Amino acid sequence: MSVWYNLLSLLPFEWSEHQFMKQALLAVILIAPLFGLIGTMVVNNKMAFFSDSLGHSALTGIALGVIVGLRDPLLSMLAFGLLMALALSFLKRTSNVSTDTLIAVLSSTAMALGIVILSRGGGFAKYSSYLIGDILSITTEGIVALALVFGLVLVYWYFMFNNLLLVSINPTMARSRGVSVTLTESLFMILVAVLVTISIQWVGILIINALLILPAATARNLARNMRSYHLMSVTVSLVAGIAGLLISYYWETAAGATIVLCNTVLFLISWLISLSNFSFLNS
Amino acid sequence: MRCFIIENLSVRIAGTRILENVNLHIHNGELTALIGPNGAGKTTLFKALIGDIPYEGKFAYVVPGQKNVKPKIGYVPQKLEFDHGSPVSVMDLFAASMTKRPVWLGYGNKVKSKTQSFLEAVKAEHLVFKRLGDLSGGELQRVLLALALQPIPDLLLLDEPFSAVDQRDSEGFYSLVQSLVKRYDFAAIIVSHDLELAAKYSQRMIYLNQTVQASGTPAEVFADENFKVKFKTTTGDYSA
Repeated sequence: MSVWYNLLSLLPFEWSEHQFMKQALLAVILIAPLFGLIGTMVVNNKMAFFSDSLGHSALTGIALGVIVGLRDPLLSMLAFGLLMALALSFLKRTSNVSTDTLIAVLSSTAMALGIVILSRGGGFAKYSSYLIGDILSITTEGIVALALVFGLVLVYWYFMFNNLLLVSINPTMARSRGVSVTLTESLFMILVAVLVTISIQWVGILIINALLILPAATARNLARNMRSYHLMSVTVSLVAGIAGLLISYYWETAAGATIVLCNTVLFLISWLISLSNFSFLNS
Repeated sequence: MRCFIIENLSVRIAGTRILENVNLHIHNGELTALIGPNGAGKTTLFKALIGDIPYEGKFAYVVPGQKNVKPKIGYVPQKLEFDHGSPVSVMDLFAASMTKRPVWLGYGNKVKSKTQSFLEAVKAEHLVFKRLGDLSGGELQRVLLALALQPIPDLLLLDEPFSAVDQRDSEGFYSLVQSLVKRYDFAAIIVSHDLELAAKYSQRMIYLNQTVQASGTPAEVFADENFKVKFKTTTGDYSA
């Protein structure tokens, strides 16, 4: 870590003198590619609503932590997020009510329950930082946790991506080729749940889904195959993340939302390019 | 002679009976057409055979001189689940099916040339770098057929799309499947909504509606009372 700090201190910018900016930049460099990567298949599997509700239900995870008396509610959030992911993947397989409706019922219940518990006695204000997140307050432990999740995601993405892709194209066809559909899908849902939960403190409940969906949506405008899809999504996410963080420093705005707006700008650019000829991007 | 035996196969989904005591005998080297109204359980039967949904009853592959052979099953789906904007190329689909290397890292030359030759077998080699969403119904069907033939299956299940394919494409597809069945001596079942084409290219026909209503050669099925009651008024006389 100290190498990182010394390196940044050499930069001739005002922001690079602050410890919190160095931490935040490191966090963005970890979070952004992760979100860009996972987002590709969240969008492909039409799971945008699923990841959104995972974010919302984190409120109940926080509330449970408060009831139990945890100083840092990360553990209770993680446990509750995993429970939600497993419940959703179970319901998806066994029930014939449409999954969207199920997710809506579960997530609105979890969100309301969280707000009811946390607002008891009028104390919700101190939890409002979870809504918009605060990447500038990230701790070294937070960065280590993110790095661990990054490792997990890479392992899954290396060994199980092909199966996940086949399942997303047609589950029955995947099954006929010997792919375990349930295992592949459930593990992916757990992975999304872990990523959302770990990063929610820094990114914010209201913003997290935008960071997951926008880079992949941008890449879809231009990509013609999985390789360029991944390359573009990760690059877009990283560029928007770093640009958004620096802009938020000078404008004194919330970092997460500024990053989202940078993503929006890149989305618009990609959309305009897609209207014209773009074959040069896919050589 | 190798064959598939299905005995008393039943499927219930959430308490509703979809299939009831289906009994069938399917021979290698024969193309069997599966017909029946919407909701008759045709796709459900395929899913049960693939092992995608649980079923009661027996499904066995009989190979003379061998016991408990697990058949390789190829499946050509009716439609793909994702939207047409998805950046999945034909090459992505083949590489993801055939290799361990994750396709987001690109593909090796070996897989590329293999895929090319598989696609040539169904006259689709020019589609290799196209996105799945950019293919026409007929092109997509041929690409998915090429994939289902890798490796050569013992039983090929084809779920025919309703609309996306035009008549000329359809006829070409049936004759292609028929020639593959003969060449590789596997069994094939094709869900068909076009009785004329089904009768022209298949050796056997099954009329399914929750259970087997009629089966035999196409002429036998068309002559069956169960079939006549359901189809004759709307589709003309097929008993000739």
